[in-house]
Amino acid sequence: SLSEKNKAAVKALWSKIGKSSDAIGNDALSRMIVVYPQTKTYFSHWPEVTPGSPHIKAHGKKVMGGIALAVTKIDDLKTGLSELSEQHAYKLRVDPANFKTLNHCILVVISTMFPKEFTPEAHVSLDKFLSGVALALADRYR
Amino acid sequence: MPENSVSADLQTESDKMVEWTDFERNTIQDIFSRIEYDVVGPAALARCLVVYPWTQRYFGGFGNLYNAAAIKGNPMVSKHGTTILNGLERAVKNMDDITNTYAELSVLHSEKLHVDPDNFKLLADCLTIVVAAQLGNEFTGEVQAAFQKFLAVVVSALGRQYR
Repeated sequence: SLSEKNKAAVKALWSKIGKSSDAIGNDALSRMIVVYPQTKTYFSHWPEVTPGSPHIKAHGKKVMGGIALAVTKIDDLKTGLSELSEQHAYKLRVDPANFKTLNHCILVVISTMFPKEFTPEAHVSLDKFLSGVALALADRYR
Repeated sequence: MPENSVSADLQTESDKMVEWTDFERNTIQDIFSRIEYDVVGPAALARCLVVYPWTQRYFGGFGNLYNAAAIKGNPMVSKHGTTILNGLERAVKNMDDITNTYAELSVLHSEKLHVDPDNFKLLADCLTIVVAAQLGNEFTGEVQAAFQKFLAVVVSALGRQYR
């Protein structure tokens, strides 16, 4: 579980990178569909599923909005993200393995954009946090 | 055992060759010609020991791994990080025969070092993150895909001789 030190590290990192969240979301999703082509299956309802497309940009913004929300609910992710969990469980039905996949892409993007800030200490806290988010999102699945 | 890594799982059978596109070959050669082994190796290993602390179980003889600062400053960690990168270079130089190139190393990691092969994926993920930091926006999705494919083949070859 997230220690107070982890939570502080996540909030500190977010204060530096949060304003770039649209760009992060776009890059992370664009990267994900290239590195893990099987993830494109979730977007078959879009006219095109290509890096940097308007759909990807908009969706990246939406996803990072969820992450931003999670930062504010860091003390109780399960409760804080319960609505999003219901949405993912009943409507979107994304296999939870993909949360880990996208989390990895988010970490890679942050590493490329903020190499100095993304120290090993920041990395472990953010990885724990994103894992917690993934767990909370999957909470209502079954 | 919960999966901790997202490096692509690649199954290599003894009679199935890994096929590399020109882009993938060039990308791997380019990355390894640009990175400094004694910077990237130590950084990746240190990051692995911090982010996935249970990996420290294999480094009991390395002295002080008490916190991130100690890990980063530990000379044995640095030395071993460089060793790992030099080991990876052998795969870079033998991309069409990584499985055989690593047969001995695989036996070593299994029989002598007793490393759970899942740990290779954890280190591979940390290496990806460190190389991403080095290359910045040159570490595009396509480059990442090639790099992760290469590491997946390496990881598979290292796990091959376990029994």
